[in-house]
Amino acid sequence: MAEQTKNKGSVTIVLFSGDLDKATAAFVISTAAASMGMPVNIFFTFWGLNVIKKKGGLIKGQNWMQKMLNIMNYGHAKKLALSKMNMLGMGPAMLKVMMSQKRVPSLHEFIQTAHQMGVKFYPCEMSMTVMGLKKEDFIDECEDVIGAVSYLSIAKESNINLFI
Amino acid sequence: MTQYTIDKTLDARGLACPMPSVKTALTLEQMEFGQVLEVLTDDPVSKRDLPVWAQSTGNELLEVKEDADRTIKIYLRKA
Repeated sequence: MAEQTKNKGSVTIVLFSGDLDKATAAFVISTAAASMGMPVNIFFTFWGLNVIKKKGGLIKGQNWMQKMLNIMNYGHAKKLALSKMNMLGMGPAMLKVMMSQKRVPSLHEFIQTAHQMGVKFYPCEMSMTVMGLKKEDFIDECEDVIGAVSYLSIAKESNINLFI
Repeated sequence: MTQYTIDKTLDARGLACPMPSVKTALTLEQMEFGQVLEVLTDDPVSKRDLPVWAQSTGNELLEVKEDADRTIKIYLRKA
């Protein structure tokens, strides 16, 4: 969408949360901004990393604490909890039905659309190190793994900065 | 009223926010400058959002019509 140069404002989102509802909100904003020709960057950190994790691979990490954390924090775009009314997975299941009835894309579809429209995904290096995660644990749509300074260098050039 | 011929129709009926804007952007991207796109939607938000989208992206909004069956027709010229 390079020809749409009238609106140059860019959007940078820090997705800290790994909750389905919050991640969906981030992707609604991202895809809408991308449709307006705005460059969009999403920096995935801490629990937010679950959104871009590949499916599978329960035991990850080098030591027992990392392994335990990754087992308990298992998740990917199709398996995330709600921030409210999770009810042991009943909440997300019902929300997914309600969203598809209203033809709102699923989070997985939003990720595909966002990538197709040039939205850039950056996993956070520090969270990955703490949790013992590797670049291969994330979906192929991800760009380079970056740190806080690289995030800030992108954020300071952005007109809209969100922390979700 | 401006005279124009429709070059392409995008049926975005049934889709919810933000997909009508997303599909419009993706469809217009494949079209030539000056061509006219007709967008069909039944999403009431899009009636307000797509004209804003057009203004924001610099594409020309030609007309917004609403049918008796609540289908909203939005005509855009790629600029």
